Amino acid sequence: MPGRVLVGVKRVIDYAVKIRVKPDNSGVVTDGVKHSMNPFCEIAVEEAVKLKEKKLIKEVVAVSCGPQQSQETIRTALAMGADRGIHVEVSGKDYENLGPLQVSKILAALAKKEEAQLIILGKQAIDDDCNQTGQMTAALLDWPQGTFASEVSLEENQIKVVREIDGGLETIRINTPAVLTADLRLNTPRYATLPNIMKAKKKKIANVKPADLGVDLTSRLEVLRVDEPPQREAGMKVETVEDLVGKLKDAGKV
Amino acid sequence: MHISTKVAGKRGIRDITAACRRVLVDGIKMISKNIIRALKTSYGLTDEQKEFQKVAFDFAANEMAPHMAEWDQKEIFPVETMRRAAQLGFGGIYVRPEVGGSGLSRLDTSIIFEALSTGCVSTTAYISIHKYDIILKINCKKSFSPAACSGSDAASLLTSAQRKGDHYILNGSKAFISGGGDTDVYVVMCRTGGKGPKGISCLVVEKGTPGLSFGKKEKKVGWNSQPTRAVIFEDCPVPVTNRLGDEGQGFNIAMKGLNGGRINIASCSLGAAHASVLLAKDHLLVRKQFGEALANNQFLQFKLAEMATRLVASRLLVREAATALQENRADAVSLCSMAKLFVTDECFNICNQALQMHGGYGYLKDYAVQQFMRDIRVHQILEGSLICELTSFFLPQEPMR
Repeated sequence: MPGRVLVGVKRVIDYAVKIRVKPDNSGVVTDGVKHSMNPFCEIAVEEAVKLKEKKLIKEVVAVSCGPQQSQETIRTALAMGADRGIHVEVSGKDYENLGPLQVSKILAALAKKEEAQLIILGKQAIDDDCNQTGQMTAALLDWPQGTFASEVSLEENQIKVVREIDGGLETIRINTPAVLTADLRLNTPRYATLPNIMKAKKKKIANVKPADLGVDLTSRLEVLRVDEPPQREAGMKVETVEDLVGKLKDAGKV
Repeated sequence: MHISTKVAGKRGIRDITAACRRVLVDGIKMISKNIIRALKTSYGLTDEQKEFQKVAFDFAANEMAPHMAEWDQKEIFPVETMRRAAQLGFGGIYVRPEVGGSGLSRLDTSIIFEALSTGCVSTTAYISIHKYDIILKINCKKSFSPAACSGSDAASLLTSAQRKGDHYILNGSKAFISGGGDTDVYVVMCRTGGKGPKGISCLVVEKGTPGLSFGKKEKKVGWNSQPTRAVIFEDCPVPVTNRLGDEGQGFNIAMKGLNGGRINIASCSLGAAHASVLLAKDHLLVRKQFGEALANNQFLQFKLAEMATRLVASRLLVREAATALQENRADAVSLCSMAKLFVTDECFNICNQALQMHGGYGYLKDYAVQQFMRDIRVHQILEGSLICELTSFFLPQEPMR
């Protein structure tokens, strides 16, 4: 039975905010914009806390990589029921270049250091939509992965995961230790209650530097340009189906 | 901002006009960005208060806002939603934890109700009225979850309670009781002694007591998610053990509750005004008339800035009053009254102006701005004359039933 679970939580721009591209097209405006925990990370935290409430695991540790403000995200996880937090400090240029490869290296190192038996992440972050961190972390640790999980049940020494795939639902059984990534229908995250927010203040958040974990943060990617999606153009009305097919062929779509 | 400095000539003037228009257009973006920044409700708060506020805003946006129109139009009393709010700790926010509350400060409470109010003013106001606190040592042996309070014009109240053995016999009626008929317990101010405030006592009456009946459900302009009825007492016997405090202490109990109630109602007004200003800003950016977005109109820009200014001023007054009350400062009572007076008026005007900015659309029930305006109109009326604050009493096992 897994004792310690690591849950990764990412601080992203709030889903309800209107995104604006910076005038120099180097990225997206983040200054003064409302941020919150990635919705899939919320689902991951909820699943971990539920497992703890069912007494199937002993401790939930919330981890976030980023600047000082990432601590707010960890606090939210603590208020939802995580036991303690780890803030991996990454700021400035390193933070701008932080991607799934670097984060998965950090998580793998932490999993070994903390002797975690289960890592639960959100399936992807709503800012970069990479959908890579869980998979890379499992590969680095050589652990089995249960991704796009919509149902998780802990058995003797294994985990049964129902995955949402293109064709429908796939059920697999994987050994522990393992990495799971949470999909939308896994659960409905709870609101933090006022008493829990107050209790969370007493919970500890440890500070760690990537260098301490022996992780190299250099990015293998370089962002060249960020643009808004093209403006939607007017459509055309056609009289017959033949016209429609003709126009589609002309535009090279068919 | 770069402005063309070409010398006048037809082309020059066109350039300058175009440049000015660019300034104006960017000006709107600047204003809307600045307004969002200026109106941010979390300035000056502790990290913990920001967390509380975030939960309240999330709850308001997800659990209340999608339903507020339906609750208003169908006059639905959203018991389930209020129960969930209570489970999160919103029921007895500044009630002591030993008796089931969250034990937070008046300022925390104000921040939370302001945030909840952006989801539904009427429901939030109801939650704020029915919270509990112990002020006096209670003679009452039973434990209740009082959910409604009766209030009246203090010293001249007429509901009489005659002592007969170990019961008081109540006669009289109270108009405009929120929750009337739907809640289980009523806290009643009645006259047990002589004239004036010293003759008033506070009794707890349970629903189902013979002689307790209710008037018809009133049809209101707003606050439609709470039922309002007159509460009628006809030779209604109430055990003496149901009296809160001693005989003659009723007025004090009521007065003590008034300050908190005023802050809470003012906070609800703040939430509505905040939501309305943001709605107005969004509408101005989208609505095009006379060939361009309304947001390009200088008058409307100034008006919006003015509304934002008054909103922030109101917020500061309420928060200062809450802090003063928490610290039991000498100016607490006057600040609470000033906050209630100033803020409910200003916020109504803000909601009204926000409606005006929506033009004809503001008058349609499809748009939320009219509901905010209607709902907070009553805040200028009650809690001044109505002593609805007596709920600063009591001690339930659970904050809400």
